Amino acid sequence: MNPFSSGTRLRDMIRAIRSCKTAAEERAVVRKECAAIRAAISENDQDYRHRNLAKLMFIHMLGYPTHFGQMECLKLIASSGFPEKRIGYLGLMLLLDERQEVLMLVTNSLKQDLNHSNQYIIGLALCALGNICSAEMARDLAPEVERLLQFRDPNIRKKAALCSIRIIKKVPDLAENFINPAASLLREKHHGVLITGVQLCTDLCKVSSEALEYFREKCTEGLVKTLKDMANSPYAPEYDIAGITDPFLHIRLLKLLRILGQGDADASDCMNDILAQVATKIESNKNAGNAILYECVGTIMSIEDNGGLRVLAINILGRFLSNRDNNIRYVALNMLMKAITVDAQAVQRHRATILECVKDSDASIRKKALDLVYLLVNESNVKPLTKELIESLEASDQEFKGVLTAKICSLVEKFSPEKIWYIDQMLKVLSEAGNFVKDEVWHALIVVISNASDLHGYSVRALYRAFQTSTEQETLVRVAVWCIGEYGDMLVNNVGMLDIEEPITVTESDAVDALEVSIKRLNSDLTTKAMALIALLKLSSRFPSCSE
Amino acid sequence: MIHFVLLISRQGKVRLTKWYSPYSQKERTKVIRELSGLILTRGPKLCNFVEWRGLRVVYKRYASLYFCMCIDEDDNELEILEIIHHYVEVLDRYFGSVCELDLIYNFHKAYFILDELLIAGELQEPSKRTVARLVAAQDSLVETAKEQTSSITNIIAQVANV
Repeated sequence: MNPFSSGTRLRDMIRAIRSCKTAAEERAVVRKECAAIRAAISENDQDYRHRNLAKLMFIHMLGYPTHFGQMECLKLIASSGFPEKRIGYLGLMLLLDERQEVLMLVTNSLKQDLNHSNQYIIGLALCALGNICSAEMARDLAPEVERLLQFRDPNIRKKAALCSIRIIKKVPDLAENFINPAASLLREKHHGVLITGVQLCTDLCKVSSEALEYFREKCTEGLVKTLKDMANSPYAPEYDIAGITDPFLHIRLLKLLRILGQGDADASDCMNDILAQVATKIESNKNAGNAILYECVGTIMSIEDNGGLRVLAINILGRFLSNRDNNIRYVALNMLMKAITVDAQAVQRHRATILECVKDSDASIRKKALDLVYLLVNESNVKPLTKELIESLEASDQEFKGVLTAKICSLVEKFSPEKIWYIDQMLKVLSEAGNFVKDEVWHALIVVISNASDLHGYSVRALYRAFQTSTEQETLVRVAVWCIGEYGDMLVNNVGMLDIEEPITVTESDAVDALEVSIKRLNSDLTTKAMALIALLKLSSRFPSCSE
Repeated sequence: MIHFVLLISRQGKVRLTKWYSPYSQKERTKVIRELSGLILTRGPKLCNFVEWRGLRVVYKRYASLYFCMCIDEDDNELEILEIIHHYVEVLDRYFGSVCELDLIYNFHKAYFILDELLIAGELQEPSKRTVARLVAAQDSLVETAKEQTSSITNIIAQVANV
């Protein structure tokens, strides 16, 4: 028997494909299988339709085109048997997406299946609808789904709840129809129905202010009680994760409470106790506990102020920041960024730990910490913070240097209290990471220097010194070269010495040599060389004795 | 919400993809390629979250497979880690000490299980026992239908042989 006829079992096809040694071999096998499947499709083969669709799905996951199999999904869904529908719906969800018009053809089958006597078939239809329906299908079938929210079996109620979420997202106008049925789900005991019900209410609040007001007024107390019951519930093996009963439900409830409490003092008041209880009682040695604490902190920070709770929340974040687990540090930094808008003072207290995170070995954490530090800078702390950041610059890798440099330059420009400090910091940055400094930035530096007439001497001497040690940084070379050209006489004659400066002896020929080096050095590009030449030109009129 | 779920092997082979947001077939291929490159090259000591296209991807490695879920910026990353683990434990219970090969040869079953855990990118059922029970009930419906078909086929075959 031809091993590649549509009679091939799924398992055998997979084995054949996996044993291919080259991509070309695999392509040949797949082509043969697709040809056999296409033939079976055009002959309207009933027997192997189920198996062929499974094969097509596997082939699809390998990355090959399988659009010719889309109608097969529809035929299987229209069959009467459960196995055919099961694989048909799966194929539909995998091979099609909502933008394809073929999808509309399933609407009728879906409608029938949503009314089927076999509840598992209703489940298949709800799942498919909830995952890929278009706005039109949502509109057509919304009444069926709404009805199913009150079906006798909780398995169907929970699927209907999630399917409703997709419907109201696609067609927000329909939201008001779902408000009442969703509210009744909140009073259920079945955990699956509860979490999906809570999620439906949460999404309803996001698309409809009417829903938000309704749930806020009618359901807040009930939800607080449900969360209390959860937090105080005894050991329930079916829902236990790391010693906590149903962390998922905890988290969903906290999310919904956040939305209800936001901007409303009464609702926020109502939930203060339970939030405090969760924040203090949940153990944070396992991820499940931390996930709940994280959500709880998020809720506390979003609802109306209860001073004590906020302090509690920020402290939890502070603890998170020093946790050995990278994930915990990451989410803490995330939350602190949001917390800044609410209570910047509290976040400032954790500055030291945040600065540590800028040097973290994990790139995601470094970046987050840097973003956070940027938000924390103000006139009073810019000096110490910049110092720390520049230290981090020295230790950081190439990838991070670019981002860090940009941020430091931006900070320095924005907050610098004195010109001399600005020049100093910029010099440090140029020496360490000049190659990452953007053109606008070093142009701006030159402008500042030229406008600060009392600092001309200081600048040119500082640049000369820096130039001696850090010639690999192109931008540093350029700025140095420009300054030497402009203020060469000050350099040589120690004009405008400030008290803090150490004396330096630079002769005219030293200055000229420096410029020569800039032209001759290997890495100098045209801009640098041009600038150096112009500088030499300037010096030739100022140092007549060296004009050779 | 969860926008999509990806299971990729260490060599970058796709073992499962489930999309809850609209991505065309072309876009899906691009996404998979981009994320594979991003995630498979991350060191083992780094955190389990990557920022990508304004979204966040949470991933966890179990043996030779990377389980990835893409979420919104304001979703709870730590919870997603628990959801991933939830899925893995149900798979483990179903297949009895699941390995990558199980998911390759029985990919459709892995999908059926996922469909009992997530719909519209949201969690459907926190109880592993309930998920297992529902999948088992549907599996037995399939078995029953198979038996009926083969018994009918037998009868027809017997009649034909007479």
